Amino acid sequence: MNAVLALENGTVYRGTAAGAQGVARGEVVFNTSMTGYQEVLTDPSYAGQIVTMTCPQIGNYGVSPEDVESGGPKVAGFIIREESPIASNWRSSGTLRDYLIANNVVAIADIDTRELTRLLRSSGVMRGVIATGEVRTADLVKEARSIPHMEGTDLVREVTCATAFDWPAGMEAPASREGADLSLAPQMQAKRPLRVAAYDFGIKWNILRRLTTYGCEVHVVPASTPAKEVMANVDGIFLSNGPGDPAAVDYAIQNVRELAELDKPIFGICLGHQILGLALGGKTFKLKFGHRGANHPVKFLETGKVEITSQNHGFAVDPTSLPSDVKVTHLNLYDGTVEGLRVMDRPIYSVQYHPEASPGPHDADYLFKQFVEDMETRR
Amino acid sequence: MPRRDDLKRILVIGAGPIVIGQACEFDYSGTQACKALRSEGLEVILVNSNPATIMTDPEMADRTYIEPLTVEAVTKVIEKERPDAILPTVGGQTALNLAVSLYEAGILDKYHVKLIGANVDAIKVGEDRLLFKDAMKDIGVEVPASGLARSLDEAMKIVKATGFPAIIRPSFTMGGVGGGIAYNVEEFRDLVDRGLEMSPVHEILIEESVIGWKEFELEVMRDVADNFVVICSIENIDPMGVHTGDSITVAPALTLTDKEYQRMRDAARRIIRRVGVETGGSNIQFSVNPKDGRMLAIEMNPRVSRSSALASKATGFPIAKIAAKLALGYHLDEIPNDITRLTPASFEPTIDYVVVKFPRWNFEKFPQADRTLTTQMKSVGEAMAIGRTFKEAFLKGVRSLELGKDGMLLTQSGEEDDDSALRKKLVVPNDRRMWALFKALQRGWTVEHIHELTNIDPWFLQQFSQIAELRRIAGMQKFRELSTDFLRTLKRAGFGDREIAAIYGVPEATIRDRRLEDKLIASYKRIDTCAAEFESFTPYMYSTYENGDESNPNAKQKVVILGSGPNRIGQGLEFDYCCCHAAFALRDAGYETVMINCNPETVSTDYDTTDRLYFEPLTFEDVMSVIERESTAGGDVSCLVSFGGQTPLKLSLALQAAGVKILGTSPDSIDLAEDRRRFAQLLWDLGIPQPASGTATSRDEAREAAQKIGFPVVVRPSYVLGGRGMAIVYDVGTLDHYMTNAVDASPEHPVLIDKFVEDAFELDVDAVADESGAVILGGIMEHIEEAGIHSGDSSCVVPPYLVAERHLATIRDYTRRIARALKVVGLMNAQYAIKDDIVYVLEVNPRASRTVPYLSKATGVPLAKVAALVMSGKTLSQLGYEEDLEVSGVFVKTPVFPFVRFPGVDTILGPEMKSTGEVMGGAATFGAAFAKAQQSVGQQLPENGTAFISVNNDDKPNVVSIARGLADLGFRILASRGTAAYLRAHGIPVEVVFKVNEGRPNVADHILNNQIQLIVNTPLGRESFFDDRVVRRVAMLHSIPCITTLTGAAAAVEAIRALRGQALDVRALQDYHAEMTRT
Repeated sequence: MNAVLALENGTVYRGTAAGAQGVARGEVVFNTSMTGYQEVLTDPSYAGQIVTMTCPQIGNYGVSPEDVESGGPKVAGFIIREESPIASNWRSSGTLRDYLIANNVVAIADIDTRELTRLLRSSGVMRGVIATGEVRTADLVKEARSIPHMEGTDLVREVTCATAFDWPAGMEAPASREGADLSLAPQMQAKRPLRVAAYDFGIKWNILRRLTTYGCEVHVVPASTPAKEVMANVDGIFLSNGPGDPAAVDYAIQNVRELAELDKPIFGICLGHQILGLALGGKTFKLKFGHRGANHPVKFLETGKVEITSQNHGFAVDPTSLPSDVKVTHLNLYDGTVEGLRVMDRPIYSVQYHPEASPGPHDADYLFKQFVEDMETRR
Repeated sequence: MPRRDDLKRILVIGAGPIVIGQACEFDYSGTQACKALRSEGLEVILVNSNPATIMTDPEMADRTYIEPLTVEAVTKVIEKERPDAILPTVGGQTALNLAVSLYEAGILDKYHVKLIGANVDAIKVGEDRLLFKDAMKDIGVEVPASGLARSLDEAMKIVKATGFPAIIRPSFTMGGVGGGIAYNVEEFRDLVDRGLEMSPVHEILIEESVIGWKEFELEVMRDVADNFVVICSIENIDPMGVHTGDSITVAPALTLTDKEYQRMRDAARRIIRRVGVETGGSNIQFSVNPKDGRMLAIEMNPRVSRSSALASKATGFPIAKIAAKLALGYHLDEIPNDITRLTPASFEPTIDYVVVKFPRWNFEKFPQADRTLTTQMKSVGEAMAIGRTFKEAFLKGVRSLELGKDGMLLTQSGEEDDDSALRKKLVVPNDRRMWALFKALQRGWTVEHIHELTNIDPWFLQQFSQIAELRRIAGMQKFRELSTDFLRTLKRAGFGDREIAAIYGVPEATIRDRRLEDKLIASYKRIDTCAAEFESFTPYMYSTYENGDESNPNAKQKVVILGSGPNRIGQGLEFDYCCCHAAFALRDAGYETVMINCNPETVSTDYDTTDRLYFEPLTFEDVMSVIERESTAGGDVSCLVSFGGQTPLKLSLALQAAGVKILGTSPDSIDLAEDRRRFAQLLWDLGIPQPASGTATSRDEAREAAQKIGFPVVVRPSYVLGGRGMAIVYDVGTLDHYMTNAVDASPEHPVLIDKFVEDAFELDVDAVADESGAVILGGIMEHIEEAGIHSGDSSCVVPPYLVAERHLATIRDYTRRIARALKVVGLMNAQYAIKDDIVYVLEVNPRASRTVPYLSKATGVPLAKVAALVMSGKTLSQLGYEEDLEVSGVFVKTPVFPFVRFPGVDTILGPEMKSTGEVMGGAATFGAAFAKAQQSVGQQLPENGTAFISVNNDDKPNVVSIARGLADLGFRILASRGTAAYLRAHGIPVEVVFKVNEGRPNVADHILNNQIQLIVNTPLGRESFFDDRVVRRVAMLHSIPCITTLTGAAAAVEAIRALRGQALDVRALQDYHAEMTRT
């Protein structure tokens, strides 16, 4: 079946449908990771976005229940160069297409994804529409222009949990088939169970898995949970990743501001990092085409060492806006943007990138260790 | 952190001659390293025995030594040059082993030389399998169960535990030489014996078989601050059991989930740390069980490798260059990425295309060789292809191989295998397995069935099956039914015009016309290390059929240089050398240079060798597409076809017919030299003698021609390099046999038949001629072996040492006259034979030849550069060349052979070229130069001991002086009965030894017992008998010099005399050349 991708600037790509039938609307972005399309599909930070994979062969190893980052696909739509008709992997439970159809994700294949990427790189991310079947492209372009802009949109509401729960709470598929050596061993083990309250702005399950592996008991709370409800009886607070404009999540910013006054370790990732930055008095801004991939070099300024990181964000913290007691700890070596910050003399810190990886390299797993150590010493 | 400042002078060790398993990828890496080090203001001293390399160009290093890669010679270089450090990681296993030997000999300590890039411990852990196994145990990385054996008994004990099939890997050999897979005890014993024999430390590893598992490689880098990046992941389509050099491979890895890939990445990081590679690149191989994901580390190379050359070309990340900088202490984040300019090298390239590497074998040269692919590499070269999808890259890869009719995957002809034969071809890996696989698909065999037979991952099989399906649909249509949409589908799947034409049964031009009519033209994408995330400043491109085109050509005056494609015997590094030189010269002269090539091992495919690089197959279609695209900008585009060997030359007439301007000698002149009849007429008109000759397109014509000429005759197809299909024929029966077998070697061109001039001196000349008719000779090279042995397989020497001056004058005169008559503009190679005081012209080729780099090194004049400038319109006198070139000193070129890889193949030489590479020895005298060249090919001529002589009747008179020479030097002489009788009659003391079939102890026993140090054995008449073959093979396996020609033997005697006289000295090319300028 035919499918069309129309962008707000009028560009139209014709390809074939590779998932569910229908129409998908969202901000079109690209991800340069060569592996991990299922993790990308299910990452709640992609809510409201149509993701283009720059790697041209997608679907080769199918999908498996262990490789999800949430209950199911969260992307608004999916764009690939060539779809694999079969799934070839010992863990695979089905093909990508069947998975997309079952989860009602509209996807388009057979388009020049490199040309699209070049366009997004030079013009910045754009709103777009994928539609399957016979469509009028002019209508689609118009429709793309009517999609709300990402700036100012609170997408967290759409992906946060409805009620608090303790991880894993039966949500995680049995990891038996994963094989012990496929999960990364923790660098240490908490000496006692540590209670972590995790704000769910769209949390990736691998963050929960990492914290659990290090010996934390994680209590996941909805994004709007008031600060005082989580303060009691926790060793540390975690601020998760999530979609959309951080500045629009004002309730979360307010909560974090209150939490930062406590003497508890706080660790934020991605949107959690941006929200922390805002709560500490900084500002955020939208990047031209964002960082999405698994190969971005980040320098840890304390040691000078370079980490290869997993990234997925369209906004960033403006370093000049930060108060003097907040220092930048990590820098992106591609464009010099802020990748990490820390409140001086206090265990409050965050990173813009994804130490939980999934997909991506495990170079920054030490941050979980640091969080656990800080929680242990605070008690 | 800036680079360390304790280093001023660095010694770079090259990889020596091209052999199977160690090819021109080390010229690429060495050249990059030299450039990188010098750009940092360091002085580079280079030692390499291979003159055909770019790295040994005198301007690449401050001091260049073309000397044997032996501890003795390199010690002398160190003594003279006093380097602060050695970089041993860019010259393959040869350089690493040599570095370890230098360390163990105490040389590094004595002269306070550091090792940078890898230390001795790291090299040992990387290479010594037991140490590696222990190291992996330390860090919790699983390896196959294995044990180390130094004897058959030990081996038998180990295999009881590890089971069959068992892998045998000799320690410290390159490219898996001497290794193999044993399926039963009998095979096991044989392989253990051979492996123990071939390991320099007489040690083998016996390993649990993981045959059929998936095989992956990671190319990784680490800096002194422990920053670590993966440059590229590579997946082998052929599962475990086939050497990675013989596997069809793909980048990036395509069948691993992120979880599996990251586990591999984590393991790689632990491995490089544990092995202790502090700075630089490493290649780490893994194997994954497709059933349960169990992952094993197989091996690691603590150096730049063949795969890192591939990874560099596949990603645009220059591993060797960066490795050299890291060795100086730089951190990855301190080095910029050349392609994006704005981002640092401390990242992991991500690619938005698919790369396929296809090995190129040369089994047709070794008919008796076993074509089974095992853990011991057998291919001689490789082609890489890039496409937006796997299918596209794969089909481009197949056509990059230039296999002619044999390469056609989708329209295979020839005898049909029955199902069981086909099944066997799929089960037992061999060079033709992919063709068998497509045949099986065509017969309707299912992906599941083929997977059971081959263990190839179903994902790849599914892709092949999609290709086969497209081919099936196309096959059911008539050409007039071919729709634009379906043609587009075929082009997007990578089908070449030629393949489509063959399927529809129309000429290629019809498909091309139709395609252009339908506006289906190739678009070009850039290789930018970052999947378009950043702007690319480097026009490094590949074609595809999509909308977006990034080639962005400009209107400058440009020259498109066609490279030489995958390496093969007869067309190797030398031609890449010439192409690079042409590029350097033309760029300096202000042209925009454009390279088209598909060989990832080469310097020519470095993105900074030319202004623009197209990584494309060298077919008419792909070359025309580039030229047409480049022409759209309006600049004048011309094409250089005569530097890349036969590959581009074959295209010249078609390109010219398509309106492409060819630089230099016209395609018509090239054809004139190639066309026997026209060329014979030309020589006749010039009054230049040549052996009687004729041509034939059928058996009867051949008989007629041979009768007229008189036997023996040399027969060969036209338009071939390296003597492909060339034979010396002594009778009608053999001629008939040849004609039935050889005619399809090149159906468009007739078979050439020449009188064979027996027992003649042969000489080679390379000359440059310009438009004004001026001609200079680069040199006259005298072959050390007599006529009948392919010039590429013959040692040769410049200046000539046995030829009378009047003959040299004749040769100079003929060369000039022929060059003018052919209107040569550029390079010309001519071969001459001298017999009974007459100089005959054997062959003339108005193009770059194999000897151009060697001669350039000897004379100090870059002939290929001069030729390229002449072709662009300069005259020789404008360039300052008025006289024939001369040399100071004596330079011997000696070939190396791959026989050790092909058990059962006779090592005798003939008119079909078999050598893979060459070395050069330079000295003040012929003997010393020859001795050095022998050392460089690993033949240590004995200074004393026992020599065995066995020659055919014709050679008996002339062997006397050789035997006497040896006896005078104190050698004890053994000989076969007939030879002994003859020598005794001439007063030489000699003892008789049994031939192999005469009884025992025979000559082979003596060799095995180390009782013979030198063998002179000329073949007995027109065919070599079993006996000779055994002697030659045993000698080869025991590295006993075995000389098969009398002239070679005479040279050896002279060399031994030189060795006995004084220790061989080393001398830099710069010193030889300075002497030239002074005189």
